[in-house]
Amino acid sequence: MTPDRMHNEGTLDRRAVVAELVRDPGELLVVSGLGSATYDVGAAGDRPLNFYLWGAMGGAAMIGLGLALAQPRRHVLVLTGDGEMLMGMGALASIAAAKPPNLAIAVLDNARFGETGAQRSHTGHATDLAAVAAACGWAAVATARDRDEVAALKPRLRSEALFAVLKIAPAEVPRHLPPRDGAYLTDRFRRALGVAEG
Amino acid sequence: MDRPTWQADVFAALQAARITQLAYVPDAGHAHLIAAAHADPAMQAIVLTTEEEGIALAAGAWLGGQRACLLMQSSGVGNCINMLSLPVNCRMPFLTLVTMRGEWGEFNPWQVPMGAATPTVLTAAGVHVRRTDHPGEAAETVAAAASLAFDSAVPVAVLFSQRLIGSKVFVK
Repeated sequence: MTPDRMHNEGTLDRRAVVAELVRDPGELLVVSGLGSATYDVGAAGDRPLNFYLWGAMGGAAMIGLGLALAQPRRHVLVLTGDGEMLMGMGALASIAAAKPPNLAIAVLDNARFGETGAQRSHTGHATDLAAVAAACGWAAVATARDRDEVAALKPRLRSEALFAVLKIAPAEVPRHLPPRDGAYLTDRFRRALGVAEG
Repeated sequence: MDRPTWQADVFAALQAARITQLAYVPDAGHAHLIAAAHADPAMQAIVLTTEEEGIALAAGAWLGGQRACLLMQSSGVGNCINMLSLPVNCRMPFLTLVTMRGEWGEFNPWQVPMGAATPTVLTAAGVHVRRTDHPGEAAETVAAAASLAFDSAVPVAVLFSQRLIGSKVFVK
């Protein structure tokens, strides 16, 4: 599929971008939004401190907030899609009000609802999510369109309260299915953090 | 601020249950709890744009080793239904305190449908529902609900009846 500039489509390879962002994760806490973002994070390497969503659409950013407030000495990175972020757009205001210094969000924006037939999303019609975040009160927002811009954002996504839009290509990639049992994902995450009770 | 004793007791019950994140969409019936949370340096008070954000926040808090509670009114319960799949699927605790509208002396007809549906839809979504009608039992009901939620890792809602919180008075 050739990128459609009229409809704000990007050219970045989503798998390559996510692999780069989560390479050598250290103690980074990662939350992925349902659909392709979860497949991308799983394909980059499963680990206990990845929390994959397979549902709860619109919840990824707020899970990141609760986690960031609970773990102020760790950095939290939420990786999600444009459709998932659009559904929970109010979270951008709630997070800006709470001002956690250790939460970053990266939106993999293909301007499509990729899971359901690649229908054009709002970012492909009219909406700029980075501008939305800025208007909600995020002090740091960025948009990346090429690999050099992604590489420059990588350290910032692990150290700043940064909201980033990554303009990825709308091409479909093979599904990679990480674990989807929520109770298992929750338990191993808490054990890896050392917060499990009993 | 004039704080009725039962609401101070409910806040103490939340503190005793080691709740440290209190998320809310405001309701007049929760005003005392919200003010108390903002005044308590050990509590993080988080204002939401819509109620289901609080369920996701509570999940993140639990992943990070903290306990959260969501304050909302019954009209917000309908916003929460799909997000309740998160604590149910992940076998996470979830605690919410719901002030009821649309039942005892309601003036505003727009509050009636969701108020009437609240216990049924919460139950259908997998939430254990408790209700308190009397000031003397409110705090112990919250304490018992918190124990159920956090010890058994299930979602629990406590409904504060409209008779308990007092009907909202509209004056022309």
